[in-house]
Amino acid sequence: MTESIAARELLAALKAPEKIADFDIGQWDIIIRQARRTRLLSRIAVKAEEGGLTGALPPKVADILRGAFYAGAENRRMVMWETRCMAKALAEIETPVILLKGAAYAAAGLPLAAGRIAGDIDIMVAQPRLAEIEAALTAQGWLPIKFSDYDQRYYRTWMHELPPLRHEERETVIDVHHTILPLTSRLSPDPEELWRHSRDIDGLGLKMLGPQDMVLHSAAHLFQDGDLAFAIRDLVDLVDLFNHFGAEEDCFWDGLVARAARHQLERPLYYALRYGHRLLDLAVPEAVMHDIASAAPAAPVLRLMDRLMPGVLLPDHPDDPNSGRARAATLLYLRSHWLRMPPWLLAAHLARKAVMQAAAAVRRWHEQRRKSEQP
Amino acid sequence: MKVGDLSPDAFAAELAGPGVPIRCGPFVARIVSNLPEVAAPIQLLYGAFPIARDLLVDFHVRLRRATGLYRRLRSHVVFTLDDEPAFHPFPRRLALPLLEWGLNWCIYRNAHQFLVIHAAVVQKGATTCLLPAESGSGKSTLCAALVSRGWRLLSDELAILRPGDGKILPVARPVSLKNESIALIGAFAPDAVFGPMIGGTPKGLLSHMRPPAESVERMDEPASPSVIIFPTYRRDAAASLDPISTGQAFFHAADSSPNYHILGRDGFNILADCAEACDSYDFSYSSLDDAIRIFDDLA
Repeated sequence: MTESIAARELLAALKAPEKIADFDIGQWDIIIRQARRTRLLSRIAVKAEEGGLTGALPPKVADILRGAFYAGAENRRMVMWETRCMAKALAEIETPVILLKGAAYAAAGLPLAAGRIAGDIDIMVAQPRLAEIEAALTAQGWLPIKFSDYDQRYYRTWMHELPPLRHEERETVIDVHHTILPLTSRLSPDPEELWRHSRDIDGLGLKMLGPQDMVLHSAAHLFQDGDLAFAIRDLVDLVDLFNHFGAEEDCFWDGLVARAARHQLERPLYYALRYGHRLLDLAVPEAVMHDIASAAPAAPVLRLMDRLMPGVLLPDHPDDPNSGRARAATLLYLRSHWLRMPPWLLAAHLARKAVMQAAAAVRRWHEQRRKSEQP
Repeated sequence: MKVGDLSPDAFAAELAGPGVPIRCGPFVARIVSNLPEVAAPIQLLYGAFPIARDLLVDFHVRLRRATGLYRRLRSHVVFTLDDEPAFHPFPRRLALPLLEWGLNWCIYRNAHQFLVIHAAVVQKGATTCLLPAESGSGKSTLCAALVSRGWRLLSDELAILRPGDGKILPVARPVSLKNESIALIGAFAPDAVFGPMIGGTPKGLLSHMRPPAESVERMDEPASPSVIIFPTYRRDAAASLDPISTGQAFFHAADSSPNYHILGRDGFNILADCAEACDSYDFSYSSLDDAIRIFDDLA
């Protein structure tokens, strides 16, 4: 499997954080650039701090990492603040809420939350109560992001979430889900099972997914649902989750493949284990590799994935002007392969998005030209 | 070796090729641009700055033509940090201001190893004045005037405070002036060197004053702030320096800091120490001569 040369140092820093004092200035230069683009610089800073290595680094590198450390800490404060505000807003409704992804990692104090940069707060709630929940959040200032009517319909009908709700003052965003994959996906995780295995987070009145479901959700998000470009950070999350729960939870590995089967998520799990191992040296128990082997795609598809996946997940060289097009083509292929919606609808949607984006660009250009011509 | 030591052709070639790594105080920016018209102005404005070949680069930035399907975009330019655009495309004639805005943006977004305050900083003798202000307060005009009357320029736009000792690290980049200020400072300081005059920017007419060579030469001399002044230009106002409390100074300065909240408790401590060590004032003025006199009295 070809690894991207441009991300070689970044991968080395991620796989062996205890050895970062060995890098020279030239290597640090590219590591910092690549880590910034992939939202991993704060994590590298945390690992350096935890390993007591900051003193052994070139002073300027230590300074830059300190800045990234602060940024990670601030992000975590923001996530916890928003989570508590959201919990307060929903307290009166008395409906169970499952925190997902970054907010869950932070609220539960999982090690991978340290230095992790989260964007939105993602929650899962019971579908029948969506309208009430939206109303309660809106009452506290989280308003649906202004979309066209078309986009509103896209979100509410074809996706698995309300439109994102953005706070009118703080501009933070809550994504409210009721399943963990789009309704139009070929795969259908079982929401009831997710609820059944969910656990309480101490002291917050909120829940999180069970360990296996958390891992499967992350795998589904990366290998089915999300944007793969530069998504090495999401693979790092997965490897962290595997390592953490593998060590802390009895029976985590034992029942994992069966749990994936229950949710029809074997294929994303297969990819998560495969690329976690190949790119980030994830150690997977033999029995698990054996059990998941049947979830592999057909050999030609797998060969293609092996060839494409590193190039997509890892950043290219930031000075390389030609990489954008190849990446765009690959992403288009992968998206259509993992249908987010029936192919005819996907094509129509993409075409419409392209037209709307071009129209918006033209509007902005005219606006700028008008402004600059004013006396 | 300094930026101005290269021949114009050599500078332009390096700018368009591997890029030129320029050090401004604690930051090294490697600037790449194949736009032929920006090479000479950049070399003019940054001539006194060192080329930093063996240092870690903070910001790898590029100024290039915009790309895209829409044909008109090709008359626009973008500023990128590591291949990510900082802003939407700008008309090509704004390439030079875009470079300056972009470099400021890089520092605002990333330089969290320091407490950054949106402020000018000038020094005379033992007196170092921190001048936090929003755009339109006349901060840059005042700064340019002071700097033309013997004050050292540490920064026109971004005050960089070092944790630990709270000293300000000079950056001493070009001073951006707008509209009437350009002529005003041109008359006030006939020896001042200006970059090209650029019209039709979102802020009106714009030009950059080259920082005095001595300020650039002293960019590795940090300074402890001793005075905080919040300047406001008020037409026809008599110059007035009004003391304010440490607390007021602290809060107003925090408001002008893009990363105060990111540094958390450490940011609080750095800024509190700074406010406690300084005499603080609100300052309104209309005449530059009056302003200079008042500042000189403080020094």
